[in-house]
Amino acid sequence: MIRLVPNNAARIKRSEKVTFTFDGVPVEGHAGEMLVAALVRANILTLRHAPNDTAPRGAFCCMGLCQECAVVVQGQAVEACRTEVTADLVVERV
Amino acid sequence: MSDSFDIAVVGAGPAGGHAALTAAKSGLRVVILDEQAAAGGQVWRCKSTSIVSAPMTPESLAGNTLRKALGESAVTHHHDTRVWDIRREDDQWQLQILKNAESSQIHARSLILATGAREHVQPVPGWTTPGVIGLAGATALFKQSLTLPGKRTVVSGTGPLVFYVASEIRRLGGTVAAVVTPNTRTDWARALPAMALQPKLVARGALWVADLMLAGTPILWGHAVSRVSGHDHATGVATRNLAHGTDGPSIEADSVCLGHGLTPNIEAAQILGVPIRHDPALGGWVPNAEPDGLTAVEGLYLCGDGCGIRGVTAAGLQGTLVGARIARDLGKSSPKPSERPWQRAARFGQAMTALSLPRPDLVALSTDDTILCRCESLTRADITAEIDTGAASTNAVKSGRRACMGPCGGKYCQSVIASLIADQTGNDAKDIPPPTPRPPLRPIPLGQAAGAFDYDDLPIPKPAPL
Repeated sequence: MIRLVPNNAARIKRSEKVTFTFDGVPVEGHAGEMLVAALVRANILTLRHAPNDTAPRGAFCCMGLCQECAVVVQGQAVEACRTEVTADLVVERV
Repeated sequence: MSDSFDIAVVGAGPAGGHAALTAAKSGLRVVILDEQAAAGGQVWRCKSTSIVSAPMTPESLAGNTLRKALGESAVTHHHDTRVWDIRREDDQWQLQILKNAESSQIHARSLILATGAREHVQPVPGWTTPGVIGLAGATALFKQSLTLPGKRTVVSGTGPLVFYVASEIRRLGGTVAAVVTPNTRTDWARALPAMALQPKLVARGALWVADLMLAGTPILWGHAVSRVSGHDHATGVATRNLAHGTDGPSIEADSVCLGHGLTPNIEAAQILGVPIRHDPALGGWVPNAEPDGLTAVEGLYLCGDGCGIRGVTAAGLQGTLVGARIARDLGKSSPKPSERPWQRAARFGQAMTALSLPRPDLVALSTDDTILCRCESLTRADITAEIDTGAASTNAVKSGRRACMGPCGGKYCQSVIASLIADQTGNDAKDIPPPTPRPPLRPIPLGQAAGAFDYDDLPIPKPAPL
C-alpha cells in the first residue's frame, strides 16, 4: 500500500531497558523516558482513583497541568508525565 | 551564581526563547525559566534521553535550532524549573521557583511572560476514562518519548492538530481507528485565503489527509465523539453527526485523543494585574498586550500564545519584537524589527484558531452525569444545581462547589463552567470571566511553599487587652 507518511517505528533507537516498579509490579521502560510512556506501553492506564468518586483515572494532559497522572515517588506526589524512568525507580499509587 | 537579572523570561517555547535571545544580544542579563528538561515549549518539545536516534521532523529541527542558539548565548537557562509565584517588590520582580525539589528566588528588573497555551477539551460522557488523553497531550507523548497512546486510536477534535496527531500515530507505527472532527470541509475552505500565507504548512497538512485517505482511515467530517465507553480503560467511542443531529458510527479503540482548540495560559498575567478581555478568535480570555509585548503593568511584557493563540510562527516573531522592545526600554540600543511578518503569521494562526471557535452543538454533548470538573468529580448536574442557587459567576461556583479549586487549579474546567453559567443565566460569554487566579501557579509541596523558618522567629503580636 502506498504510504505518504512513512512508518518510522523501526528507525527509532531507544536507550537500554530498565526495570522499575509500579505498585509493587515490575515494569520495563527505557531509561530517561517519560514515566507515562513506559506505563502506557505496559498497558497500565489507571494511575490513580479520583478522591471523590473513586473512578479510575489516567494520564490526560501529559504536560504537567491536569494532575491526573499524580503518583508517589520517594514519598512525594509527582506527575508521571514529568518524571523520568530510571532503574529501580519505585512508583506507587497516591 | 547570582539570582538577580535584568530580565526574567517565563517559558522557553518559541516566544520566550526568541525574546530571551534578542534581549541578551543587546548585552542585558537574561534568565529563562522553564518546566521542561530542554527548551522548545510544547510545539518544539525535546526528545527525552531515552531516544538514542530517530528520524528528524520539522518540529525537532526547529527545536534543535532554538536549543543550540540558547546554548551558545549568554542567556541563563533554568530548566526543570517551575515558577510558582511572582510578586513585585521594591521595583523588582521576585519569582519563586522550584527546582530539584528546592524552592528559591529569582529577581529581575523586567519580566516577560511567555506561558503558552493549554488545551480546551469539551467534556463528553466517559472522557475521564483512562486511555483518553488530550490531542496536545498526545503530541507531548510523541515528541518527548516517541510513544503511542495505544494500539488503535480514535483521534478527535478541531483544527489542524487532529490531523497532525493522526499522522504522527501512523509515522510511529500505530493504527488510527478513525479521525472524528467537528469541522467540515466547508470550514476548511473558509480558512483557505489565510492558509495561502503559509503554503508549506498547507502542503504538509494536505499530505496528512491524503495519507489517511489512502490508508482507508475513516475521516468523519462534521462529527464529534459523543461518548467514550469502558471503565478502567477506553474500549471505543460513540459519535454524533453534528449537522444532522443524528448518531454517527460507533468505533472500537483502546485509546482516544480528544481536543477542541488551544486556550492561553493567562493566570500569571492576571495575578500581576494585566486586564483581560474575551476574544474567542484568540482562544478565549486573553490579557491585553501590544504586538511588542507592552502591558498596562510597568516592567511586564507578554508574548506568544499566552496572549492569544496565533500559532508557532507568530509566537517566535513576537518573541523577537518583545526582546527588542524590552532592550530599548532598559536603555540599550536594539533595532526595532518590523511588525509585518508577525501580522502575516498571526493571520494564518488565527485562521487555524477559528476552526476551534466554541460551538453550542459541542457543548450540548455533555449530559447531566458528565464530569466537568475532573479534580473534584463534579458533574454537569452538580454545577447547574449550583448556578440555580444563584451562583452567577465562576468565583461563586468555585466557592460553592470547589470547582476550579482542585489540584489542576481550574485549568480544565473553568471555560466549560463559564459557558454553562452564561447559557443558564442568559449572559454573553464575555460577561462571565474566569475565576480569580491565586498562587501557587503550579502545585508545589507544602513544605516548599512554607519555606525554611523557625517558629521562634515569627513575630507574634501582643494579645488584645481583656
